Amino acid sequence: MAPKTVTRAQLSEAVYQEVGLSRNESADLLESVLSEISSALARGEAVKISSFGSFSVRKKGQRVGRNPKTGEEVPIFPRKVLVFRPSQLLKNRINDGVDEGDAAE
Amino acid sequence: MTKSELIARLAELNPHLYQRDVERIVTTIFDEITAALARGDRVELRGFGAFSVKRRDARQGRNPRTGEAVDVSQKAIPFFKTGKQLRERLNNGK
Repeated sequence: MAPKTVTRAQLSEAVYQEVGLSRNESADLLESVLSEISSALARGEAVKISSFGSFSVRKKGQRVGRNPKTGEEVPIFPRKVLVFRPSQLLKNRINDGVDEGDAAE
Repeated sequence: MTKSELIARLAELNPHLYQRDVERIVTTIFDEITAALARGDRVELRGFGAFSVKRRDARQGRNPRTGEAVDVSQKAIPFFKTGKQLRERLNNGK
């Protein structure tokens, strides 16, 4: 089965079904969740969602990169990257999901 | 920020909601993402990022303590790619 893509629409529909707010308000709440997480990360804070995973900001130092097309050396400036570490529970859920069909062992 | 701090913050921004509803909202969102990934689906949240599942083939590993060869079966791991907007925000402060 080809993987489908879940977007904000399905997530806010789930909130709507589950909590009984209006569709509009459900969508707004989803947006607030994402923006509060983003703001915390932008402040450099780590965000830990128990049983899901944690997001943290890692600082990368400057290094010399190379334009792969021209071979030209270009400096890559120090920057921050976001790292997501899935919880053990999330990893287990994902493997339970894909194991079906090859019940060898 | 932890999940409970996130819930507290959202409750503060939405004084008309019960705290337990805010809790259910947050839980529902992460449960829904988890369920999608468990089905092998991708979750794409423009501006924030995308969650997907990557397959790892079965391989022969080694117990680092004893050096003994062990079979590691195929597995799937969740992966998150930061969205463009969030990536830019991380680097411009605010």
